[in-house]
Amino acid sequence: MRLRRKLQRLIDFSQDYFALFGLPPRYRLDPQALEQAYRALQREIHPDRYAAGDEAQRRMALQSSARVNEAYRALKDPVERAQYLLSLRGIDALSETNTALPPAFLERELERREAAADAHARRDMTRLDELLREVRADAAALQSALGDHLEEQTWDAARDAVRELRFLAKVGDDIEAALAEVEG
Amino acid sequence: MALLQITEPDTAPAPRPRRRAVGIDLGTTNSLVATVRHGIPVVLPDAEGRPLLPSIVHYGAQGVAVGYPAIEALVADPQNTIVSVKRLMGRGLADLADARRFPYRFSDRPGMVQIGTRGGLRTPVEVSAEILRVLRLRAETSLGGALDGAVVTVPAYFDDAQRQATKDAARLAGLGVLRLLNEPTAAAIAYGLDNASEGIYAVYDLGGGTFDLSILKLSRGVFEVLATAGDTALGGDDFDHRIYCWALEQRRIGPVSPADTRLLMLKAREAKENLTAHASTSFGATLSTGEGLDLTLTASQFASITETLVNKTLGPVRKALRDAKLAPADIDGVVMVGGATRMPQIQKAVATFFGMPPLTNLDPDQVVALGAAIQANVLVGNRSEGEDWLLLDVIPLSLGLETMGGLTEKIVPRNSTIPIARAQEFTTFKDGQTAMAIHVVQGEREKVSDCRSLARFELHGIPPMVAGAARIRVQFQVDADGLLSVSAREQTTGIEAAITVKPSYGLSDSDIARMLEESNAHAAADMEIRALTEARVEAELLIAATQRALAADADLLDDRERAVIDSALCELRRLITTADRRAIAASAGALNRATEDFAARRMDRSVARALTGRNVDTLAHD
Repeated sequence: MRLRRKLQRLIDFSQDYFALFGLPPRYRLDPQALEQAYRALQREIHPDRYAAGDEAQRRMALQSSARVNEAYRALKDPVERAQYLLSLRGIDALSETNTALPPAFLERELERREAAADAHARRDMTRLDELLREVRADAAALQSALGDHLEEQTWDAARDAVRELRFLAKVGDDIEAALAEVEG
Repeated sequence: MALLQITEPDTAPAPRPRRRAVGIDLGTTNSLVATVRHGIPVVLPDAEGRPLLPSIVHYGAQGVAVGYPAIEALVADPQNTIVSVKRLMGRGLADLADARRFPYRFSDRPGMVQIGTRGGLRTPVEVSAEILRVLRLRAETSLGGALDGAVVTVPAYFDDAQRQATKDAARLAGLGVLRLLNEPTAAAIAYGLDNASEGIYAVYDLGGGTFDLSILKLSRGVFEVLATAGDTALGGDDFDHRIYCWALEQRRIGPVSPADTRLLMLKAREAKENLTAHASTSFGATLSTGEGLDLTLTASQFASITETLVNKTLGPVRKALRDAKLAPADIDGVVMVGGATRMPQIQKAVATFFGMPPLTNLDPDQVVALGAAIQANVLVGNRSEGEDWLLLDVIPLSLGLETMGGLTEKIVPRNSTIPIARAQEFTTFKDGQTAMAIHVVQGEREKVSDCRSLARFELHGIPPMVAGAARIRVQFQVDADGLLSVSAREQTTGIEAAITVKPSYGLSDSDIARMLEESNAHAAADMEIRALTEARVEAELLIAATQRALAADADLLDDRERAVIDSALCELRRLITTADRRAIAASAGALNRATEDFAARRMDRSVARALTGRNVDTLAHD
């Protein structure tokens, strides 16, 4: 019973993910503070701590630990974190009703995808690597802009940046998949 | 202060007895059992002092032999002598690209392949259980009593079916499984705790039949797996097989008998082992046809005929690094695990790839079992001061569902830290659709047909609505063993269906119960079954008595009271067919409580009847 109460105190399932880790709900958070808070929580609630416990304790540890892993995953990655921050404001960045991307952005990315497809067909790993690096550099710049939008609370601009970053992530994933395929 | 700590001798809390916990490495070629003694992990040897148990099971005329006693049957009786059974775990015949390499009489069964032996058809789970049983007995003899729990290791890249099969084998062997632990992670625990290391490590684990590459971050007592990749059908066996093929080609020999295949594979392994320390080795054998082979294999020839295999291991290495978003230069150390990593060409390739010599200071054959023992010791509750560490592992392959057009929708991406729960909402695509088929798959490919099918189930009773109106939430939960359970729920009505993913590949609980029943030699298992049988008999007696009472005196109950009893009765009837002894007993207790008042009233009535002149004796037997 004592252990169960401890779990309940630690994992309040109604808390948002930032509150769960005791962090301010901000985009620019200290990754080390997040990691430390995550590890401190897992130390308390991970199922390994309750392997010798009763069924109810084990189930609660499983659920709590899964919740903390999910929260960590949502906050660790900058794009996911931005999306989560927007969702706390009631904004669904990936809502299917409004998926427009700026024409200039789309044009550039479609060209990049063609270049990647060509390189894939030629099995040109050097070119694929180069394209992947470019995508990552663009994503890094866009993330920095996203941080500004969120700090300035310009939500529409932040939402658009999240969409573009999602698109870039997909382009990057496709290039990685091509690289993996060429490697065999 | 000291005075305050003095207590009466007989009131002092007894020191908690140390629990008996072991780590078991169930290997393709060899298996081991280890425990923690006086704070130090040690492998438990057999009576002759040998630490390894060859993973060989012989179904002979005199019974089953496991380990060294089975070796001589390898060549003499190849079809009844099972080696490398780990490669068959959780696999159907169609999964075995190399089925022809095994001399067994395979029988293709739904779920898992079976092997025809002198002892009858055997599943890989049963064969593995024979090995585990020997290790359990070895540990019980060595530790002086029944085990409180075991951690059993699996290749990190094992999918859900292979994990479930391993857990079933352990249960069948009478082991209480505390946790399934990934082999490279186990090795990292043994290494990390031994050297108090910090940093990012790659574990390159090439066993007899499986290859894993895991990348872990070790810091302040937390072992966090960042990514894992591998191949569950690539190992030292394949290097032996290359030598075997090379030998046949040299002498232009066609297909040979199963016994000769075994003989040549043994010679191939010997040659491989010799080439670890020598520049060349002889390869000699006399086949049953009388034909003699007398060849010489040099280390450079060996390296050249196995170059593609060595390169094949580097694919998963690159993939894991990519998933962890790391470059080879970010790695602080490379740990070598598995006997096959003794091969010089492997050591060289790994050193070249990472730009540093790999770490080999722990015995690559033992390090997994040692790490598992450390984890088992902690899980069973023997944690002592300074052992405040935590393990965060990942799931190796993505889990998802089949959607329209045979495509996979990923729900849990690979390399997600476990345990994890993820849910996604789906909807109906036809007007008035009242059922939804849910097909759970594992793998990275877009098309369902390219992924492994784990389970199918159906959610029924969705109220008829227009297409797209129903909201069906499918939840995936992966526990700390990496095992999946899936549930589906229609949100507007709360209609629910759930499944622990087992059916397509694995054994049902009733299969396990039956197998346990069959293996009468195992007392603990027998006791469990006897207890289950007793619980069932008692429950049946209680159900019959309640029914008789209801038939006789139902008028003593109002509708609400009757409903409570009927519901308890129904629940017990449902549970009686399960193998869950505790649930049956609990449900029987609930029915007893539900009928307490009823019984009292019947007692009153019978007393009243007795007072009006009826014979009490006739009532006692109603």
